[in-house]
Amino acid sequence: VGAADFAGLSDVSIAEDIPVEGDITVPLSSHGVDDEVSTLDEPVKDTILRDLRAVGQKFVHVMYPKESSALLRDWDLWGPLLLCVSLALMLQGSAADNQNDSGPQFAEVFVIIWFGSIIITLNSKLLGGTISFFQSLCVLGYCILPLTVAMLVCRLVLLGSAGSVSFIIRLVVVTASFCWSTFASTAFLADSQPPNRKALVVYPVFLFYFVIGWMILTFSPSH
Amino acid sequence: ISAVTSTDKMSASEGTKNTNTEPWGGFDDNIIIQGSGSAVIDMENMDDTSGSSFEDMGEMHQRMKEEEEVAEEDGGEEEDGGEDGEFLGMKGLKGQLGRQVADEVWQAGKRQASKAFNLYANIDILRPYFDVEPVQVRNRLIESMVPLRMINFPQKIAGELYGPMMLVFTLVAILLHGMKTSGTVIREGTLMGTAIGTCFGYWLGTSSFIYFLAYLCSAQITMLQMLSLLGYGLFGHCVVLFVTYNVHFHSLFYILWLVIGGLSTLRMVAVLISRTVGQTPRLLLCGTLAALHMLFLLYLHFAYHRIVEGILDTLEGANVPPIQRVARDLPNVASAVMNATVKSVAVLVHSQ
Repeated sequence: VGAADFAGLSDVSIAEDIPVEGDITVPLSSHGVDDEVSTLDEPVKDTILRDLRAVGQKFVHVMYPKESSALLRDWDLWGPLLLCVSLALMLQGSAADNQNDSGPQFAEVFVIIWFGSIIITLNSKLLGGTISFFQSLCVLGYCILPLTVAMLVCRLVLLGSAGSVSFIIRLVVVTASFCWSTFASTAFLADSQPPNRKALVVYPVFLFYFVIGWMILTFSPSH
Repeated sequence: ISAVTSTDKMSASEGTKNTNTEPWGGFDDNIIIQGSGSAVIDMENMDDTSGSSFEDMGEMHQRMKEEEEVAEEDGGEEEDGGEDGEFLGMKGLKGQLGRQVADEVWQAGKRQASKAFNLYANIDILRPYFDVEPVQVRNRLIESMVPLRMINFPQKIAGELYGPMMLVFTLVAILLHGMKTSGTVIREGTLMGTAIGTCFGYWLGTSSFIYFLAYLCSAQITMLQMLSLLGYGLFGHCVVLFVTYNVHFHSLFYILWLVIGGLSTLRMVAVLISRTVGQTPRLLLCGTLAALHMLFLLYLHFAYHRIVEGILDTLEGANVPPIQRVARDLPNVASAVMNATVKSVAVLVHSQ
């Protein structure tokens, strides 16, 4: 049957001396192709600056969690990666020197942050959330910013003294930033849940930031 | 070139016609082809054999064979007509066909992979187990500490996974805190990995083991209910460990172990008894569960907490208590005694 069909169509003459080449696939949208061509040709500095500006803008949205659309609409994972790497670097004690691990290793912090975020995202999706997977990862990653700032402050305080006064200062700072992180991420995440189940989504977020905050608080640099 | 494409479609439809032997027409594969761009799976159009990779491989193989036959026919007809034709023209046509075939194979593979992924890795499978309200979770947490009196008829167990999972994660966090404050050293692996492995291993492993025993003793309980029951039973563990990792009194721990651990164990045991008949199966099942549950709490306290005593002793400084509570202090004491003896002997020798 196939051969007969082909014979019927064979009166369409294809000249045998002209090589037949070309692309059969139909481009889905020419707009996307144009975008890619234009951003591929621009200098690297422009790309980096544009991305950094977007990340910085999202930092501002996290510190003042009033407007909740910018973080969700154009999500990106550069900011969470930056924050996660800087936090993990700062939390890494000089574990190579002494026998007992006084500080969490880089890999441990990295894994905690990313797998914790993934599990919270899965949980909020299972509870009937309308937010997408990567949007949720983006929000949770960006809301680590207050805790990273607290880590910086703790490091500076520990440079001065290591007594009980510094512990109280660190406790206050870490508690405040932990509350800020939880409140900020709740402001973004809880909107996508049915109203009577907000507590079910907030608890894992609370636990996640609590673990990170406690890791920051118990960090003691060994000289 | 358009001829090749239309022939491809026809061969595809012919392929489906060949595999559909049902008299009522069977599923039309073309609908799935057209709808493969959407994220919604139309369950009506799902082929019965779509889950079996053996069937899908057979279908794809047949489709590929038919495409190859068509390509051969094309090549054969062209070759007969234009043997004197340009070599570049021949190769150009075959290159085009090769790309077409490769593209079709890629599309078919992608279709199969996305079908399998949507079928097996669909998160909606777990969705009904997370359908709870906060009030329900709170009530179940409180109920998990209250042993039942009525064991004559089967007690209802809620089959949800949200509460147990949150409790296991809370236990992981508490365990991490306990290991950190006691300065536990994990040689091979990380603190986090050990904590997660211990808690999840206990929850999943003990549930499976008790479920297996329940199957042997013909108790009426499903795996989901067992997971849920044991998960809520960890609430007592969380409370006890949270208190005793911060307040270091041994007697307090023993009292809490008996009271709170005992209450949650009694609750689980009562539920299991109400679902089992016969004295020996009941004894076997409940004895095993009680032993494992209580011993786990004991293990969690002692395995990750013993070093705190050593730290407390060294922090007390000069007044070393006469009774050494921890065996690892003995070498220090022995070496200190030896040093003191040697020094006193040296002083004596020098004085003479």
